[in-house]
Order: sequence, then C-alpha cells, then structure tokens
Amino acid sequence: MTKILEVNHVTKRFGGLTAVNDVSFAVNQGEILSVIGPNGAGKSTLFKLISSFLSTSSGDVRLAGERINNLAPHIVARKGVVRTFQETTIFRSMTVRENIIVSHHLRSRASLWGFFLGSKVAKADEQSFGQSADNIIDFLGLQAIRNELASTLPQGHLRALGMAIGLATDPKVLLLDEPFAGMNHDETMHMVDLVRRLRDERGVTVLLVEHDMPAVMKISDRIVVLNFGEKIAEGTPLEIQNNERVIEAYLGSEDAAIGM
Amino acid sequence: MNKQKLAAIVAFFLAIYIGVPWAIAASGRTDFYYTLTSVALLSIASAGVWLTFYIGRINIGQGAYALAGGYVSAILMTQYGLSFWTTLPVAGFICAVLAVLIGLPILRLRGVYFAMVTLVLTEVMRLTALALPITQGAKGITSIPLPGELSLFGITLIPDFATLENPKIGFYWMAVTFMVFAYAVLWRIVNSRLGHLCRSLQQNEELASSIGVNTAYLRVIAYSISSFLGGIAGASFIAISQSIYPSSFQVTDSVNFMLNCFLGGLGYVFGPMLGTLMLYFGWDLLFTTGEYQLLIYASLLIALMLALPNGVLSLLDRKKAQP
Repeated sequence: MTKILEVNHVTKRFGGLTAVNDVSFAVNQGEILSVIGPNGAGKSTLFKLISSFLSTSSGDVRLAGERINNLAPHIVARKGVVRTFQETTIFRSMTVRENIIVSHHLRSRASLWGFFLGSKVAKADEQSFGQSADNIIDFLGLQAIRNELASTLPQGHLRALGMAIGLATDPKVLLLDEPFAGMNHDETMHMVDLVRRLRDERGVTVLLVEHDMPAVMKISDRIVVLNFGEKIAEGTPLEIQNNERVIEAYLGSEDAAIGM
Repeated sequence: MNKQKLAAIVAFFLAIYIGVPWAIAASGRTDFYYTLTSVALLSIASAGVWLTFYIGRINIGQGAYALAGGYVSAILMTQYGLSFWTTLPVAGFICAVLAVLIGLPILRLRGVYFAMVTLVLTEVMRLTALALPITQGAKGITSIPLPGELSLFGITLIPDFATLENPKIGFYWMAVTFMVFAYAVLWRIVNSRLGHLCRSLQQNEELASSIGVNTAYLRVIAYSISSFLGGIAGASFIAISQSIYPSSFQVTDSVNFMLNCFLGGLGYVFGPMLGTLMLYFGWDLLFTTGEYQLLIYASLLIALMLALPNGVLSLLDRKKAQP
C-alpha cells in the first residue's frame, strides 16, 4: 500500500502549551483512518496543522512526498487535501446546489478575466460544474433539498452538505472534522455508510476526527489515538479496543470508556 | 423574463438619455442637470462601496479614493497639461494601485475593525492633501480646465466642453454614461462566477479558502475595483467643479456612500444607484424644513432601515413572494 499522507514528528506549541507533541503517522491510499482521543487531546489542532490553517512549530506533513504544512490553506486545498469543519460550516445564503457549484472552484480552468468576459472555457466549466453538482446531489441523496436555502436546513442535511462541498473540490484526501457529532443512531449509521461509499465509489482517502466510538470502530480501517498531544497508540479497531494505554487514557478522564 | 429585462434596460436608457433632458428643457429647471450629474457620479462611488460589501467588508473609506482620484486628475491637468480624458483612467488606476497597497494589510481585518480603519482613511487622505506641497494645502487646486476634445484617428468622439453651448448637458451625459459602464461592470461581476466567489467570501471566508479560493487575492481585487470606481467618480467631480480642496470629500461623504448602499439594498446590484438618488433628493426636499432638516432626515433613515433592513429594492421581492 502506498502512503498518501504522512505526518512526520509534528509539534505545535502555543506559547508554553504544547498542543501537539511529536506526532507521526501515515495514511495509506484509499484508507479510512480515524484520529481519536479525550477532549483536549489535540485532535482538532492536528487537523488544522494538516490543512495549514495553523502552522507547525516543527516537523512536517507530506502529501505523496511533497511538503504541505505551513502553506496558505487554499494552496493545500489545491494540492488535494480538503477539510470539512467541526461546526456545520456552509455558505448560508446560497441554495444547496449553489453551495456545491461554487465549491468546484478548484476544478476551474478559467481566469478571473475569463469569468468576467464569459469566455468559452468559463462557460464550459460552469456547465460541467452544474452537472457534477447534480451528480454529487444524487450521490448523497440530497435531491429533495437541492434548491433549499442552506440556512434553512436541519443539522443532518447540513452535515451532508458539508460533505458535498468537500466532494466538489475533488479531493485526494478528505479531512472530516467530527462528521457524526450531534447525530442520532440512524443518522450516524447513514453517515457511516456515506463515508464508506465515498471511499469505495469515489476513491477518496478519508482522515477523520471523531468522538462517537461505536461509529469510529465501525468505519475505520485504522485508528490513531492521541492523549495530551501525544500519540499513544495506532492500530486496527480491534487492537485499539484492547490497548491498555488507550483504556487508561479514556477511563482516567471523565469521558466514558470505549463503548462497543 | 429576458424580454422583460431588455425592455427595462431600453426604458432606462431612454429615460436617462432622452427623457431627463426633455423634461428639464420643458420645465426650464436646468439646475436639475447639476443635481442629476452629482447623483450619477456619487452612485459610481457607491457602486464601489457596494462591491466591498459584497465580499463582506463594511467600507466607510470611499471618500479617500474619491479625493485621491480628484487630486491625481487635477494635478495632471494643471501641472502636466494632460487632457482630462487621459487623466481620468490614470486617476482610477492610481486609486486601484493605492487600494492594493492599503488593502493588503487592512483587508485581513473583518467586521467593525475593517470599518474603523477605512473610516480613518478618509481623514488620513484629507490631512495628506492638506500637508503635501503638490496638492497646495488648504488653498487647493483651482481653475482646472474643462474637459477638452477627445478624438480618435481624427474623428471627434467628444467635443471640447468649452465650446459647448451648455456644458451642463455635456457633464450630465458624461456622468450617466460612466454610471452605465460602472453598473454594467458590476452587474457582470455579480452574475458571473466572480459573483459566486465574492458571495462565498461574504458568507464564510474559512470555508472559501478550504475549497481552494485565494481569499486574500480576491479581496484585494474587489477592493481595488471598488477604489477604481471611487477614483473615477472623484476625478469626474472635480472636472465639473473645476476645483478641488482637501475638504472636497470628507468623512460625511464616505458615510453617505455607505448609506446609499444600505438604503438601496446590499443584495441588489442597482441598490446603490437607487439609494444615491433617494438620499440626495431626500436631503434636498427636506431643505424647506430648515433647522429640523437633519433631525427629520436621520429619523426617516432609521425608520427605513428598521422597516426595510434589506433595502428599498427588497420591496420587489416582497411583491414576488405574494402573488
């Protein structure tokens, strides 16, 4: 298996606080890898480091061998690492379809002048974005709400829209920040299914941060566990469930034990 | 729908190019030429402010660029003997470059912080004009020549304004033509993918950059287009008044440009045009109320903003919503 994303000895300090301490792991092509850990373990910080929303204090992040940390976020996105957000971050005053169409930006071949003058390339792009948006709408089963204003959507649909936005960028690696948060069991299972299909049908490598243990155990090929900014374990769901340090980390905090 | 749009555009052109001059000739109120010319030029500056609103920034600094554009044009005309028609694009261009230099650091700010810095800009520009030798301080620059002839390959496109029987009509036609161009550009921006991108910035900058939009670049582009329009408006204004002083554009003007956008509607391309017309005429009409003018004017504005927070043009959408 080829490693698509590598995190090498990444450290992030905020003043005296070390939020992420010398963390290393690799994500294989076509893998679903979850990063878990108790509250404040540094998961979200790690995500921001990978997507360059924060700069690393030391260490590097590589996409297919090429360094991608400490760049502008839009450049990292351009290279193929795209994140969705913990909060249900969408373009509120656009419809679902408009949200997805605008997110095709990375595939656009026309310049700003091209857009302005309505060049052939820009028009062709616009048309293909529309088609691709419709494909994504079908893929995620959002047909019924395609023309709804995003600000009017319930949480479950917002999460799906967030994923649609990520998909529209045609990412190599999709970073999902707590995709199951605030969902009930049925919604979670539906989302688990979607993420799987994302990988199986679209070949997207998925790296996700999540609290929902049953979902993580169900969905992940491998799991990386962080505690106090350090990696304490890495392995398959079965290995993680039986790892003493992991159990200790979770039982030692106020979080519940790893549920089945 | 498209026929309707075309009809509206034709009606608008007929009204501004033929209807207004005819009405003025019939009524003999030639002072309206100056009023409407001012409205047209102010609405160009407001169009720029509207574009910065469109990327999610409150811009109370357009007066700075109007003043800068005015001075660039005035200095080039009086000291270098250039024609007005040459100085006009130069004024716009210099304002656009200035906006890039100023915008790069300040566009990182958001919300009220950006607004505060832009508010200061107008004052900084006024003080700069007051201090520099080339702008001649408080004396300002006076006796600026009228726009001369513009010809291409020996064909006169625009006659020398000094030879015109009534230069007021010339200025009116010039101003509304610029206005038409400015709003055509704005309309095109908003209705192309550029507009989508601007709206993505307005609604969520983090998400925009995570889908690969170069947010810093786009912000600076929008801001410099905005300032270009401010510079054009400022340069045109001083061609009419034939003079410029540090007080030609002040903080009040900057605030008015912003109010024009609010009043017309931030979600509508032609909002600032309507807003400028209403504000300008509203203020004039209240002149008869004497010392209560400002009080009534301000109260009306507050009432309008409470009743129609999305601008006057949102009334159109309301009509559509209830068939």
